Order: sequence, then C-alpha cells, then structure tokens
Amino acid sequence: MKTTFNLNGKTVQVETLSDATLLWTLRDHLGLTGTKYGCGEALCGACTVHLDGMAVRSCTTPMSMVTNRSVTTIEGLSNDNSHPLQKAWIEEQVPQCGYCQSGQIMQAAALLQNNSHPTREQILAQMNGVICRCGTYTRIVRAIERTAQNL
Amino acid sequence: MESAKTIIPKISRRKFLVGAGGFTFLITTGVIWPKLSAENKTANDGTITAWVHLQPDGKVIIYNPAAEMGQGSMTALPVLIAEEMDVDWSMVIIENSPIIPEIYGSRGFRGGKSMITVGSRAVSGYYEILRQAGAQARYVLLYNAAQKWNVPIQELTTDAGVVIHKSSGKKMLYGEIAEFAKSPDKIPKIPKEQMKQPGQFRLIGKNIPRCDIPGKVNGSAIFAIDIQLPDMVYGAISRTPVNGARPVNVLNKDSIMEIDGVIDLVTLEHGVGVIANSIETAFKAKKQLHIQWSEGAKAANYNSVEAFEKYENMAGDASIKGNVIKDEGNITNALQNAEKTYSSDYKNDFAYHAQIEPLNAVVSVAPDGSSAELWVGSQAPVSARRAAAQALGIAETKVEIHPCYLGGGFGRRSMSGYVSEAALLAKRAGKPLKLVWTREDDIAYGAFRPMSVQRMQAGVDKSGNIVGWSHIVVGTGGRLMTSGVNTLFYTFPNQHIEMRNVDEGVRTKHWRAVGHGPNKFAIEAFIDEIAADQKIDPVEIRKRLMKNHPRALKVLETAAKMANWGTPPPPGRGRGIAFAERSGSLTAGVCELSVDRNSGRIQVHNFWVALDAGVVIQPDNVLAQSEGSIIFGLSSVLSESLTFKKGKVQQSNFHDYNVMRIADAPENIEIKIIPSNERPSGVGEAALPFVGGAVSNAFANLTGIRLRHIPFTPDKVLEALSS
Ligand code: FES
Ligand code: FES
Repeated sequence: MKTTFNLNGKTVQVETLSDATLLWTLRDHLGLTGTKYGCGEALCGACTVHLDGMAVRSCTTPMSMVTNRSVTTIEGLSNDNSHPLQKAWIEEQVPQCGYCQSGQIMQAAALLQNNSHPTREQILAQMNGVICRCGTYTRIVRAIERTAQNL
Repeated sequence: MESAKTIIPKISRRKFLVGAGGFTFLITTGVIWPKLSAENKTANDGTITAWVHLQPDGKVIIYNPAAEMGQGSMTALPVLIAEEMDVDWSMVIIENSPIIPEIYGSRGFRGGKSMITVGSRAVSGYYEILRQAGAQARYVLLYNAAQKWNVPIQELTTDAGVVIHKSSGKKMLYGEIAEFAKSPDKIPKIPKEQMKQPGQFRLIGKNIPRCDIPGKVNGSAIFAIDIQLPDMVYGAISRTPVNGARPVNVLNKDSIMEIDGVIDLVTLEHGVGVIANSIETAFKAKKQLHIQWSEGAKAANYNSVEAFEKYENMAGDASIKGNVIKDEGNITNALQNAEKTYSSDYKNDFAYHAQIEPLNAVVSVAPDGSSAELWVGSQAPVSARRAAAQALGIAETKVEIHPCYLGGGFGRRSMSGYVSEAALLAKRAGKPLKLVWTREDDIAYGAFRPMSVQRMQAGVDKSGNIVGWSHIVVGTGGRLMTSGVNTLFYTFPNQHIEMRNVDEGVRTKHWRAVGHGPNKFAIEAFIDEIAADQKIDPVEIRKRLMKNHPRALKVLETAAKMANWGTPPPPGRGRGIAFAERSGSLTAGVCELSVDRNSGRIQVHNFWVALDAGVVIQPDNVLAQSEGSIIFGLSSVLSESLTFKKGKVQQSNFHDYNVMRIADAPENIEIKIIPSNERPSGVGEAALPFVGGAVSNAFANLTGIRLRHIPFTPDKVLEALSS
C-alpha cells in the first residue's frame, strides 16, 4: 500500500503493508526513531505524534488514516532544541531514561496549541495518557507551566 | 518498500584510538603513562586503562564506564575526573568507555572488577577511582609544564584548564600541553591530602546539566531499539506462559510460514521465535503461533493469591527452620517477659519492572560466524556480551558490544536472557537481526519483585521501649526478600530475623530497591502500630530507637521539621512518617494524604523528604532521582499488583498492570539534602523504601485503620474502611 502524507513539513510517499501502523512506518521505513514503542495498545503514550495538530497514538494509527494529512513527530518540533517546550524541558532537566519524553513533549505541545495557559488540572488531564516510569511527573508539570508563562 | 535508513550511533571509540593527534592518559595500578594516542596500542590489552583523552584544541574526552538508564551517572562520573583534573567543564566531551572491566570496572560484589550498574552504586563505587584518575591526569600536565618552563613542579597550580606559574606569571592551556606532552617515568598515587577538599570543589556539588538530556528532548538519543542496520531482519518470540515449560510442537507451522514476510521459525528452549522482514509481521506471526507446551513445570500449580495463606501458615510454623539472618539476645524470653506483645502481618504482591522501553537487542553475526556485534541497553554489559558469545559458540573477545541508552533498567536489564535470544535468532537469520519484546511479552515473561508475607512480633517493657523484635519474611524469591530486613539504625536488645523461602518455580529479580520496599514498609508500619498503642509520638519512638546514630537522627528530625510535624494537618488529611536506609544513604519521609471515601482512592498531596547521601555530586540530579524513587515507590504501594494463576501471569499490558500516571502523582515533593563530607552513597533508589510505611502510617493517622497489604488499591481501601 502506498501512502502519501506530509511529514514534518515535507511530502513523503511510503510503501507499507496494508495494515501497517504509523509508529513502525515512521521508525522503520522513514528513519524517524524519536517516536517510541511502549505498549502498542494506546495505553502508554510513548508513541505520541501530531496528526493535523492533534495528539494521537501512532501505534494504533493505521497508515490508511494518514493519507494526505500532516504528521509532526518530535524531530519536526525543532531539530535544534529551539522549541519553547524543549527549552523548558532542558531548563527543568526533566528526562531521566528519556524513553517516554518524545511522547510527553508531543502531548504537551498539542495541549499548549489548544490552550496556551492551562490550569494544573488541565495539564494533568491532558498528560495522563503518557506514562513516565522513571517518575519525572513533577518536572513535567513545572516545564509545561514554565513554557506557558513565557508564551 | 522503501529501504530502511541505517541508524548507528555516531560515536565510535575506535575512531579516536586510531585517530589524529592528542594525548591519552593511561593508568595502570596507580601509574599514568601519557602517550600519543596513535601509539596507544596497549589500551586493549587488558592491563592499562585510559580515562581521559586531551586534544590539542583543549577538548577533553572523558570516558563513562557505567550504563546510563536515567540515573545521570554518565555526567556525574566524568565530573569526578574533571574536578580533580581541574578541567574547564565546557571543554569536556563524554563518551562511553569500552567494556573492559579489568580497566574500567569498579569493585564488584564478589571482589574483582565489575562494570555492572546496579544497586545505586555507580557514583559511590567510582568515587575514589575517578578522582584519583583525574588527580593523576593533572599531575601529568603539571609535570610537562614544569619541564617546559624548567621550574619545580611544586610551584605550579591549575585553574580550570590552565596551568599557572605564579611567580613568573606564565600560563599554559591544557590543550597546548597536549602538543608536546611526554610521559613521566613514574606517576605517584596522589595522596588524599593533595586532592581537593570539599570546600574547593568547582564542579562537585554544583549542578552540571546532564549531557544526555539535549538528545532526549529531540528524539536523537539512541536506544538499542532505534538501531537500524542495512539488510536487517526482525525477531519476536512467543515464550512459555508457564515458566519452565518447553515448546513441544508448533501446531500451525505451515500457516505461519505462509504469512507474507515471515522468513523462519526458530525453536528455543523456552519458546518459539519468528524471523520476519518487518517488526509488525514478526509481532503478528508471533501472536498467531499455536504452540503445544510441555506439561509438569513446577510453576504450573502456582496461584499467587492463594499462596498468601500458605505463607501465613509457614510464618507461624515453629517447626520450619528458615535462613536466620540475625539472632541477638533471646527473643523467646524477651517476648515472654514483655509487658505487652504485638503481632502483625504485612503483605505485598509481586511487582513488575515496567521499564518503558521493552527489552530488545540487535545482533549482527559475521558471514563466517566467527565474530559478532551487539547493540544493547544493559545494566550488565559483560554478562550481555558473554550471553551473546555463548549463544553463538564464539569467544567473548569476538563479540563487540555497543552500549546504548537504557529506556529504564530498575534491575530488569541486569539479566541477559534477551541478548542470548537475539543472538540465536541472528545466527539463524544469517543477517543482522533486531529482537523486540512486545509489552505483553515483557510482562508475561518478566522477573518480578517477590511477593511476601512479613510476620512482625514485638514486646515492650513498662516504659514502652521495644525490648524484643522478631521479623519473619516468607515468600518466593530467596535472598531478594531479605534486603532491608535488618534495621541498621534501630537498636533492639533482643531480635530475631529469619527468611523462609518456597521455590514456586516463577521468575523473580531485583526491582528498584528490591526487598527494601516491602521490608521497610512492614518495619515502619509496625513501629507506628506499637507507638499508637503505647501513645508515643511516631517521631519520638524512632528517636529513642536510633539514639546512638546522630546521622539518622538528623535525617528524621529534618523531615519532621519540613512537615511541621506536631502541628495538625489540614482537615481531611493525614500525615505519616517513616525512615529507611538504602545503599548507604539515610532517608526519612513524611507523607500527607487524603482519601476519597466513596471511591477508595488515596491522593498524596505532599511528601517531605530528608536525605543524607554523603557528598553529593549533582544535587539537582539527586533530587530528580529521589522524586523518581518516591513516585516509583508510590506506584507500587498504591496500584501495582502482578498475580499468577496456574503459573501464568494474569496481567498483560498497562490497562491491567497499573503504574502511576501524572494525575495520581503527589502534588508536591520537597526534598532536603543534608550537607555532608562523608563519601557518597547511592541515591538511585534511596527515596523508595520509606514510601510504603509513610503512606500506611498517614492513612492510619487519618482514619484509624491500618493498611497492611501492598498495594492499597481503591477496592482494598474501601474494604478496610467498611470493616
Ligand atoms: S506505544 Fe502507543 S500508546 Fe504505548
Ligand atoms: S524518563 Fe524514563 S520513562 Fe520517562
């Protein structure tokens, strides 16, 4: 199956199996490994990317859903850590093992796109689908609040 | 299909060994020989070590010997070298060292040198070694500058990357020295007095941003699962659902082989592997495998929920002789003669690591089968390499290992079974192969923190002093269950500590802080039960028990003060305190929580924590590790439960194995590091063991009801509240 879509601002065409998911297509066909596999069942959020600006779990997003739409991955957020969330993440020294953090940042980016000044409750509700086993949650909240303050 | 891109980490140590000019510091048993790196042929012969490479442009490459799994030692360890070498930190480049324990190891558990990263030992294990290496590297620079200027070496000092001769005002950058440096004949071991004293530290105790973090916010950090090699194929394995059973037959072999993209099936001792041309095909085929398993495995009759009853009976069966861990004074007499005695059982379920990167490894075997390369995130790279070598039937020296970042370790990545599997599949494939465990695989074939029953008994005298203390741990997991069972800072005149183990045939393993979680929970909750009955304040009773230990007292008092202990908590909230020690560090925590009496959900609002970990290298990172430990601990205390039925793990993914999510995390965590000049102790899990006790104690103070079985899930809380 051939799928054409916009990936991080560029049109790409990729050939996959008909039941391929966006996650493994990004990672294994397009070489974008910043998006991670954690559960495969939309339960952990490690694979979060943007589809037309909305946060989605790429592990359960079939390629057929992506046709002619726009996908943004962590690599597309900025390649030089210049995105305000990336800066805040560095300032707050959020990541530990780091494996969940692409998903965390993409989820946070979608949140701030829709709501530039979220309350603490809104942050918790929006971020609740992305597990961090290392326990960086308090810093994630701080980094999002810091970013929102500067917006 | 588009061809997959090749992703191999850019950093290659070999590049430097054969590369352009510069200056490498080689250390052997206390002696440094600097040599031009191009001549540095001895670095791989196993007797000489190289920690630092100085380039003419002043850049200093420092080698990190430990696995980086989020604990930050990849930065903290090089800081130790840079501190004593007096390097300008902005000139430092950090690379992973080769895996050569004789050179890059620290003292292992069984003597000898080891490169295993477990038990929060990275910084404490390397503290002296790396400061000495840095001090000796600095000596070499001074020696060369002294020769050049023809002045006595004693007249030279350094300042952040510059050698200075005060009286003449001469200065030389480290990079300049790299151009002409020669090896002194003998490098003295630098005595402690000549190394920096804590007050002189420029880097230790300051917050150096972690070197791995920039790559972890833009997706460029490479984990083993990210490695892509040309021509690579993929593997997935269906492992036995009951530990110990073997695959007898694949009942649908033909239909599996017909799946487009399936290349081969490989029968292993504990499962059947699929090799396919994409990971999704490998997963799909693995799921469809219909395997007949052998009968009669020991674990096949194991039902963990029912096992509690057996363990409780065993705890009370005087005819059982377990492993006596401590027997001081006379516990029988002490309990008989006590003014009052107490007895309580505490329990905990199995806990699963749930490191967020499922296990995986990449192996590429040379066409003639005589050598191989291995990419893996491992806490035990030496054993990982050995596992690959054994699986391939080649010498360990023929396996080149490329350590990758670990997407969480917590003890799980100190095992190497997944590396053997990857090697066996790669051998069969005849091509580079990436083995990935699905989340379901990672749970079903996990290795868990043991479940246990803890029978606590104590006797007190007329003044409420605990004069007899008995702690019997029963469960499956052997020595894993005994870590933390000793109360190193509490004095009991008579005590008996014993472990009674049943081998149930299931897989158990170290898990962040191991037995300290369940054991400290039992100890700290039991002390509060006694204190409540004796009407002694929980802080007061602990102060009495640890009166001979000023460091412990300070930690306890600090946490109590941070929490305003003694003042009433806000309405609807309860506070509880607990103390623990782990990996040499002392911690105390006060938990403030509330409970929703309709749902049974516990919400932790505040955690105030005091920590004495000796000299702290990276204070902010120690805070991060402590925050993580508290959340990891709370997760196990509030929600994590893994159970077996007929030997099969009953949970399968994050919908039924519940790890803490952000909305359930404490609203506020405050941690105070007690200043200290003692040598550093471990911080990767120090703030975990007190969590269970602090939560149980806070809940009891709020409701008058004691929670004794981890995890305190809403249903258990409701049941307790209605009893
Ligand atoms: S991998 Fe997609 S949500 Fe976990
Ligand atoms: S940083 Fe390790 S899982 Fe979040």
